[in-house]
Amino acid sequence: MNQDPATTAEGIAQAITAFVSKRVGADVPADQDLFESGLVSSLFAMELVVHLEQAFSVQILGDDLKRDNFRSVRAMTALVLRLNGAGHATGA
Amino acid sequence: MAEQTSIVKCLVWDLDNTLWQGTLLEDGDVRLPDSVRELVTELDSRGILQSVASKNDHDQAWKRLEALGVAEYFVLPRIGWGPKSDSVREIADELGFALGTVAFVDDQPAERAEVRFHLPEVRCYDAGRLPELAALPEFSPVTVTVDSRRRRQMYQAGFRRKSAEAEFQGPSDDFLRSLELQMRIGRATEDELSRVEELTLRTSQMNATGVHYSSSDLRALLADPRHEVLVTTLTDRFGPHGAVGLQLLEKHAGVWNLKLLATSCRVVSFGAGSVLLGWLVDQAAHAGVHLVADFRRTERNRMMEIAYRLAGFTDEPCDCRAGLPEPAQEDVQRLHLLPAPCAPPPTMKLHTVSLEGV
Repeated sequence: MNQDPATTAEGIAQAITAFVSKRVGADVPADQDLFESGLVSSLFAMELVVHLEQAFSVQILGDDLKRDNFRSVRAMTALVLRLNGAGHATGA
Repeated sequence: MAEQTSIVKCLVWDLDNTLWQGTLLEDGDVRLPDSVRELVTELDSRGILQSVASKNDHDQAWKRLEALGVAEYFVLPRIGWGPKSDSVREIADELGFALGTVAFVDDQPAERAEVRFHLPEVRCYDAGRLPELAALPEFSPVTVTVDSRRRRQMYQAGFRRKSAEAEFQGPSDDFLRSLELQMRIGRATEDELSRVEELTLRTSQMNATGVHYSSSDLRALLADPRHEVLVTTLTDRFGPHGAVGLQLLEKHAGVWNLKLLATSCRVVSFGAGSVLLGWLVDQAAHAGVHLVADFRRTERNRMMEIAYRLAGFTDEPCDCRAGLPEPAQEDVQRLHLLPAPCAPPPTMKLHTVSLEGV
């Protein structure tokens, strides 16, 4: 049962939380609206896209790039899980 | 026709018996001929950067350049005792220039040979050729724009900005605020057309359709009341960034079509693209129109798509698309947005025109 942490919801959420917290210099609860709280600017959102793609080997394309998918750690985790699942149907 | 000569972007000067007459550490006194002073200011006004690679005592030589009133013209000077090929290479690296766009002038054949040996792409000139330099094609750019005339100041501001950023501790938005960024968005004037054209040529990463508009294309559009040709300039406390953005908008009843958005790569890290889009969305919301943005994927403009999508543009169908003429190129996607008022950015001050009223 040694699952790669990069493929479990918990592992992904932890990694994203660590990245965002470090960049904004504050604790970030998984449900916090990052845009509304002003923690994430449009510029940082662009960085997040590129970071998620590199860290989790996914491609985020077209309508998946909508703001709602980057609104919270939980939303980003769900996006990565969905794209991972689609990309590696047989699992890690 | 001879093949096109590539333009020199930076000329690196030797000092003793090249820039000035005499050897500073031996003669004590040196003389800067008027003709050389004129050459330095002329090249500067053409947007050609200048630097120094000299074997000399750094403090004395720099003091002398200041006393002669020309120190400000030289960026990233290398004055010391190392090989000149190292100096020239470091200058090119720091500027981000290819060696083939760098030139070196020195009165000593051995120094030119040393540079040529290690850096064969660098063009080397004997100091005896200084009188003819300004007339050579490689020192004569075809277009000299408002921005090329102040290119050196923009680079110098860039160096100061970089060191300020390296020293700054804290969130990046706070750093951006500390820059006191001021963005101006205005209708392009005839004078600005050449710099605008340069933008569509140079900004392949941040060009939403990959289309190059020539200055005559744009001039025709200036005269067309349906079209808005908008130029964005950016300034901060260190100095000007020059023209950093171009928007081409065609206004129809009920919908505005953003046919081109190009921003300079230099200002991506300031979020300039998102600020421009946010402003346009706000204008459209107040005018009560939909927005349709043309996007054509190229190998290099992915950041532009991300900026559009994050701003809320989607593929969703809307009746407003039917009123638009077909796009000029193939493979153009039309992204749609129903605009809502958009708060001004927290990181910079905007000075803008109003687009309301066709």
